[in-house]
Amino acid sequence: MTEIKATGVTANGALKLTAKDFKSDQEVRWCPGCGDYAILAAVQGFLPELGIPREKIVFISGIGCSSRFPYYLSTYGMHSIHGRAPAIATGLASSRPDLSVWVITGDGDALSIGGNHLIHALRRNVNLKILLFNNRIYGLTKGQYSPTSEPGKITKSTPMGSLDEPFRPLSLALGAEAGFVARTIDSDRQHLTSVLRAAAQHQGTALVEIYQNCNIFNDGAFEVLKDPATRDAALLRLEHGQPYRLTPDGEEIVHDVTDPDPTRAFALSRLTEPTPIGVLRAVARPAYDRQLNAQLDQAVAERGEGDLSALLSGSDTWMVR
Amino acid sequence: MTSRVEETGSTFDESHDPESEPANGGKRVRRLDRVVIRFAGDSGDGMQLTGDRFTSETAGFGNDLSTLPNFPAEIRAPAGTLPGVSSFQLHFADHDILTPGDAPDVLVAMNPAALKANLADLPRGAEIIVNTDEFTKRALAKVGWQADPLDDGTLAEYRVHPVALTTLTVEALKETSLSRKDAERAKNMFALGLLSWMYHRPTEGTETFLRAKFAKKPEIAEANVLAFRTGWNYGETTESFAVSYEVAPAARAFAPGRYRNISGNLALAYGLIAASRQSGLPLFLGSYPITPASDILHELSKHKNFGVRTFQAEDEIAGIGAALGAAFGGALGVTTTSGPGVALKSETIGLAVSLELPLLVVDIQRGGPSTGLPTKTEQADLLQAMFGRNGEAPVPIVAPASPGECFTMALEAARIALAYRTPVFLLSDGYLANGSEPWRVPEVSELPDLRVEFATEPNAPDGSGGFWPYLRDPQTLARPWAVPGTPGLEHRIGGIEKQDGTGNISYDPANHDHMVRTRQAKVDGVSVPDLAVDDPGGDAGLLVLGWGSTFGPIAAGVRRARAAGGRVAQAHLRYLNPFPANLGELLRRYDRVLVPEMNLGQLAMLLRARYLVDARSFTQVSGMPFKAAQLAAVISEALDD
Repeated sequence: MTEIKATGVTANGALKLTAKDFKSDQEVRWCPGCGDYAILAAVQGFLPELGIPREKIVFISGIGCSSRFPYYLSTYGMHSIHGRAPAIATGLASSRPDLSVWVITGDGDALSIGGNHLIHALRRNVNLKILLFNNRIYGLTKGQYSPTSEPGKITKSTPMGSLDEPFRPLSLALGAEAGFVARTIDSDRQHLTSVLRAAAQHQGTALVEIYQNCNIFNDGAFEVLKDPATRDAALLRLEHGQPYRLTPDGEEIVHDVTDPDPTRAFALSRLTEPTPIGVLRAVARPAYDRQLNAQLDQAVAERGEGDLSALLSGSDTWMVR
Repeated sequence: MTSRVEETGSTFDESHDPESEPANGGKRVRRLDRVVIRFAGDSGDGMQLTGDRFTSETAGFGNDLSTLPNFPAEIRAPAGTLPGVSSFQLHFADHDILTPGDAPDVLVAMNPAALKANLADLPRGAEIIVNTDEFTKRALAKVGWQADPLDDGTLAEYRVHPVALTTLTVEALKETSLSRKDAERAKNMFALGLLSWMYHRPTEGTETFLRAKFAKKPEIAEANVLAFRTGWNYGETTESFAVSYEVAPAARAFAPGRYRNISGNLALAYGLIAASRQSGLPLFLGSYPITPASDILHELSKHKNFGVRTFQAEDEIAGIGAALGAAFGGALGVTTTSGPGVALKSETIGLAVSLELPLLVVDIQRGGPSTGLPTKTEQADLLQAMFGRNGEAPVPIVAPASPGECFTMALEAARIALAYRTPVFLLSDGYLANGSEPWRVPEVSELPDLRVEFATEPNAPDGSGGFWPYLRDPQTLARPWAVPGTPGLEHRIGGIEKQDGTGNISYDPANHDHMVRTRQAKVDGVSVPDLAVDDPGGDAGLLVLGWGSTFGPIAAGVRRARAAGGRVAQAHLRYLNPFPANLGELLRRYDRVLVPEMNLGQLAMLLRARYLVDARSFTQVSGMPFKAAQLAAVISEALDD
């Protein structure tokens, strides 16, 4: 029997992985020019930083363009069904607190068909990192409007314009009692990486909204935030401990991601001009999986390991001879 | 209800055989071989508790027994109304019995609604104990009685015992600190005490139970004990109860061993814990509250010291999703629900079929469609379990035949799921879930070994040192189960069609055809025991075949038919997918096949399609189990055909 070593473990037992170690052997099949490529590269580049062996990392996705993501990573992964990734990941993370569990989802997957699972995962605070690729369109079904599409959007299913008020994903997350909420942009690798880093450090559910360009069905949706000519005015770059203003001549506020009161984070989540990026909120509170497993330990401490024979007998038996 | 097939040939019948005994002191004692009692009252009268306690006393005494709780879906329907009536029927005997009884010999009616709702079920000569305090003009009017049935001859055919239950209880408790309202609430214990005297039940268990239940309110505990004892003494001293009854322990009905009373849902919860222990895998239950399955969630949530994780999800879909996620991580994943929940879980069950991961889907069936009859029984989810998914998505199905069998079949469902890496359906129903029977407590050493081996080594046949998640075991066609955390076996799985072996996404037409047939072949190849047939004379022309909770009534009906000289064979399916290998041969052995089901003929449809046999359906979808007499009549009709 050959001894199996985790990939990247050096002779002295230290873990040294590179982005290459996180590339699977599968051909990436997104459209050329899709924003997903940049996110994939950023994630592959970031994962070695975690210092976690790749067999301890699991990516779980739903359905949609973004949800093909797990196939292209060399970690454990599951491409599940539409909208359900947070539920599946909750079961895995709750029963296996030793794993680093990531959810890959999109605006349709997370906010439409899977909206219920998303909000409940956030309020429960299971140890999940949810990366929500928001391109404001349905890509894989070829161009219908999504729950984040702007009102009046002309699409295949809304030739006279969409009628729905869109969700603001970060407002929704804050309303669902999320402890960690952040936003970043596919093309800004440095910023994306810094947000992933912050999310990974958070104990509990972290929601990262990633503005992602669908160059086929909704090209340029975030162009104003990316174009060097406009982006500085269009973006509000949030840094913990640094001041910001909601309006050019407004009051200066020192950004505090740890503020237990979500009011300011909520105000930021509503802001569009400029559009805040960075971590809006990172408030520590007990993670569901840790508490669940602590209850198991407590039950054993109080009552001892379960005794199956005693359980089956109960307290009220009689003998037949 | 001991429900062993080999006992169906016994000479005992489910009918009366009373023997009188001479007078004993001032009161006569009559010996009976069996009794059916129904406690009925308002939803708030504590009838389920009263029935449970009488059952415990009876189980401890050593009778065979079978119970049928029957209650409305409303938690507290308007007091005193017909829809608010809750009842608990108990059949106990000095011999092996199979059902909760067709009709009560004794009805305890706590109010006019309880009397009116149950009167039609009583045979002539039945005893009725009524709480006369509740028979006020207003209460009678509420159920549409202009005159008092206690006086107007309505009950002329019955033996009526009018008892002022409320007054007597309040009177007995007047020295306690309880308010009149609280004192009145103990009247169910007075009734229990009276019935305990009538049937010579042991009383210590109930007193211990009451003191434990109200440990934090000792004055309530003592008041209930006092009401219970007063009821017992009332029977002993009052002249209106001249006779008491003995039903001897059912010594011959039970194989030697340690016994307890158990309901189907409790047995199922214990079976799941046992499966976890026997497999060495932690149990993960993902569930959403739904009647009549919620008690399994409640029970399992108490046993965290067995490593049991229970997750009350935001919805049915999340319940099964979390269970599947836990299974991916190496847990014994379980979801518990009822029919409407199965409908919501269908897509995830399909995913589990595609992922080929072990998963238990426990469906405690209830009346449908839609919300249907939440607290009533039915077995109309068979075809949903069999076919209710998109694409070709075969899932093994098992079904216990009695409350106690819920334990064994939970272990069986786990065996199949773990050995074949597949979701498995366990179909119970409201009748099994809430009904109870004496159950021989198994020794842990008798339980099956369910240990599984996770994949730990690369297996790629191409020598690449890689891991192929869909490289199958040639015998079982099961794929390796490599759990996250295992170095070198990192892999991706999903609901998209994948290449057999490598598990890589594949849209290749020939591969899809191969995968569809392979998944089907895997389920078809699940090893299940041959079906045993009970045909004492070996010359029966008629086979009665059932599945699930109809076992008791069918076996009781068959006994009656045989007692009348009918040559009839009985077999009962616990494995619905795949069917036992000998089923086709067995069906063809008989001239006629009769299939009683609490649906519109779902098993019969499968049998006809699969085996081209002229299986005849007998169906009932009333929300209530079959009665033995009803099935005996149907069987004798089929015999005369």
